[in-house]
Amino acid sequence: MIEVQDLHVRFGGVHAVRGVSFAIAAGESFGLVGESGSGKSTVLRALAGLIPGWTGAMTLQGRPLGARRDRAFFRSVQMVFQDPYGSLHPRQTVDRILAEPLAIHGLSDAEARIRRALEEVALSPIVRFRYPHQLSGGQRQRVAIARALIADPSVLLLDEPTSALDVSVQAEVLNLLADLRAARQLTCILVSHNLAVVAHLCAHLAVMQQGQVVEALDVASLRAGQAQHPHTRDLVALSRDLEA
Amino acid sequence: MTHPLVEIADLRVDFPGPNGFVPAVRGVSLTMGREKLGIVGESGSGKSVTGRALMRLLPPQARVAGSLRFDGIDIAAATPRAMRKLRGARIGLVLQDPKFSLNPVMTAGAQIAEAWATHQRGSARDARDAAMRLLEQVLIRDPRRVFDAYPHELSGGMGQRVMIAMMLAPEPDLLIADEPTSALDATVQAEILRLIDRLVSDRGMGLMLISHDLPLVFRFCDRVAVMYAGRVVEEVAAKDLHAATHPYTRGLLDCMPRLDAPRARLPVLTRDPAWLA
Amino acid sequence: MISRAWLLSDQPASRAQAAWGRRYQAWLAFRRDPLAVAGLAVALAMLVMAVFAPLLATHDPGAQDLANRLQPPSAEHWFGTDELGRDVWSRILYGARITLGMVVAVVLLVAPVGLLVGCAAGYAGGWLDRILMRATDVFLAFPRLILALAFVAAMKPGVESAIAAIALTAWPPYARLARAEALRIRDADFISAVRMAGASPWRIVLRHVAPVCIPSLVVRVTLDMSSIILTAAGLGFLGLGAQPPLPEWGTMIATARRFILEQWWVPVIPGIAIFLASLSFNLLGDGLRDVLDPKQR
Repeated sequence: MIEVQDLHVRFGGVHAVRGVSFAIAAGESFGLVGESGSGKSTVLRALAGLIPGWTGAMTLQGRPLGARRDRAFFRSVQMVFQDPYGSLHPRQTVDRILAEPLAIHGLSDAEARIRRALEEVALSPIVRFRYPHQLSGGQRQRVAIARALIADPSVLLLDEPTSALDVSVQAEVLNLLADLRAARQLTCILVSHNLAVVAHLCAHLAVMQQGQVVEALDVASLRAGQAQHPHTRDLVALSRDLEA
Repeated sequence: MTHPLVEIADLRVDFPGPNGFVPAVRGVSLTMGREKLGIVGESGSGKSVTGRALMRLLPPQARVAGSLRFDGIDIAAATPRAMRKLRGARIGLVLQDPKFSLNPVMTAGAQIAEAWATHQRGSARDARDAAMRLLEQVLIRDPRRVFDAYPHELSGGMGQRVMIAMMLAPEPDLLIADEPTSALDATVQAEILRLIDRLVSDRGMGLMLISHDLPLVFRFCDRVAVMYAGRVVEEVAAKDLHAATHPYTRGLLDCMPRLDAPRARLPVLTRDPAWLA
Repeated sequence: MISRAWLLSDQPASRAQAAWGRRYQAWLAFRRDPLAVAGLAVALAMLVMAVFAPLLATHDPGAQDLANRLQPPSAEHWFGTDELGRDVWSRILYGARITLGMVVAVVLLVAPVGLLVGCAAGYAGGWLDRILMRATDVFLAFPRLILALAFVAAMKPGVESAIAAIALTAWPPYARLARAEALRIRDADFISAVRMAGASPWRIVLRHVAPVCIPSLVVRVTLDMSSIILTAAGLGFLGLGAQPPLPEWGTMIATARRFILEQWWVPVIPGIAIFLASLSFNLLGDGLRDVLDPKQR
């Protein structure tokens, strides 16, 4: 479904991503774990077409991706951002936010789709005409998820979707994402600094450090303590340390 | 007669909203000695407001009621002058993001030296030496380089160490750390907390660690107060974490994804209106 | 059925109800500020007077009556007469058409241009930003009245050239303001999210960036209206704007300034009209600033 080959990203003089490669099958969930500055979000944004100036090869369903993406790309690939306070337009109501992708892609029955989208993320119809600042963090992230899914994409890119939320809200959003993924057969890439969150949602993951993938493994072996790279082992130890 | 270090009795704080006052803290009573007390809660639980009320750092429009005592001193009745002496000299505050709490146009060393000189007597040279010593104490490997560095040249973890050094300069009795590591990576977070832990234990200070991260607070504190909607719903010794009884505490512990135990679904916290009563 | 409860419902059933509810809430917030309401009332009254000038005027504004020149206010001539015996009340009414008409024309020309130039420059960045902003700087570098003077001198003096001259010097600050706002939000996640929806750059600028810039621009426009009136009056005073016998307020002061000591009301009355118009727009702008931000409520 998605293949990334030898991806490099440079910002000015900073070499943020240094030769990252991975492949994801359709319907699979893939996690990118790393600390801040490891380049994990940059990989995601390059894949989404949000940053220029990358080199390497990326393909979606066998078709190579260029610097500019067409409308069909945005129809099949959508993203949920980290900060639910920054990813919703502050002067648009939820209704307007959800209607925008429908208008861009020229989809009919907007009214029914908006109602269904809100229902799907378990938001009451009351919030439809509210502004983002009138909603809680968890509600906003649900709106962001509804927006990402409203034009029926097949790939969902998740950039730290729960790290700005309280743990109890995080649990709700993670459950919601798991349900939606199963119901819609989505291919997901989840970027997070939290190993436990990635392990909860993904079957495979890659650990990044300083712009490189230092280890790629499946979650079962991670849980079984079979990680090889010292950085992965460090992250596992820290995560375990707080669970005891 | 000896006083407890901090005595908070029936603290209530309200903030003005568009439709009258909105309560942020609704009757909190806490007592702590020279120990490590954790205050945990989710956003809006009133945990930070409680810490700030103790330093009298709330905005002037906030309405504060109840009694706040630090080492027997009535915080509510203290003069602004007495408060300035208390802040920094006897109570230190470490905030979430060192980027915002350090002065961007002063070198790290100068800021620590200034913090030292404000509360201790000595020449500029003494202050400089003290600052260098403090930088060594917060385990900065190259104190000379950090001394002359500006805040933007430091990483998040390094900035937080400088902040801690600054707060320790006047040798306070109590350190309030409000989400001191939330902006940091997991590896750095552990280092900083171990550092705070060691410094506080060595100096016999009190530590009030305010955080949203329940496991983290239990890991580093002696005693934990769990706050929900402006109240302390449960106080437990950290070693008895697993014996916590309040459904909110249990719910918070349960709803986190765990590396050691895969689960298809995470249990969701249902908020019982009775907790507000 | 439009009722208070329908408007104030926090569970609107349709887009229209939600939109009207928001407008009503904005109005309620606006109403709480007595100065802003006063500003709005005066501004509206002046616009109504301008529109209905032929009905409200007691005399022909151009009709001379040399036997009755420089009369003080009386029952016959409410605001007195000028140096040619023309009725000042009627001239103020017809003058409102010209003066306020110039202001409206300038604003309609300037605000969209400034908004578009600024948003495009700020959002696109790079060479487009550099070209547009250097062009803005060129206009910004000239003192307003001097550039207007040069422009009017090059064309023939008159209302149209005055409008063009003022518009030419008034748009750069709007472009700067809009650019600053656009720069602030161009890398925000909510703009990235719209890009991810597949929106074209034009759609992003017009539908997502510009609306964020509009409130500060509207406020700036209402605050600037007074200075536009004053520039128009200044050009009129210098004989470069509306030409006598057209009853433009600035021109009226210019021609009557000789009588300031003996028949003071002749120049002072149009002065009061300018003052009231400027003040009302200023108060209105201050009130709008508070209302236009949905986060304030």
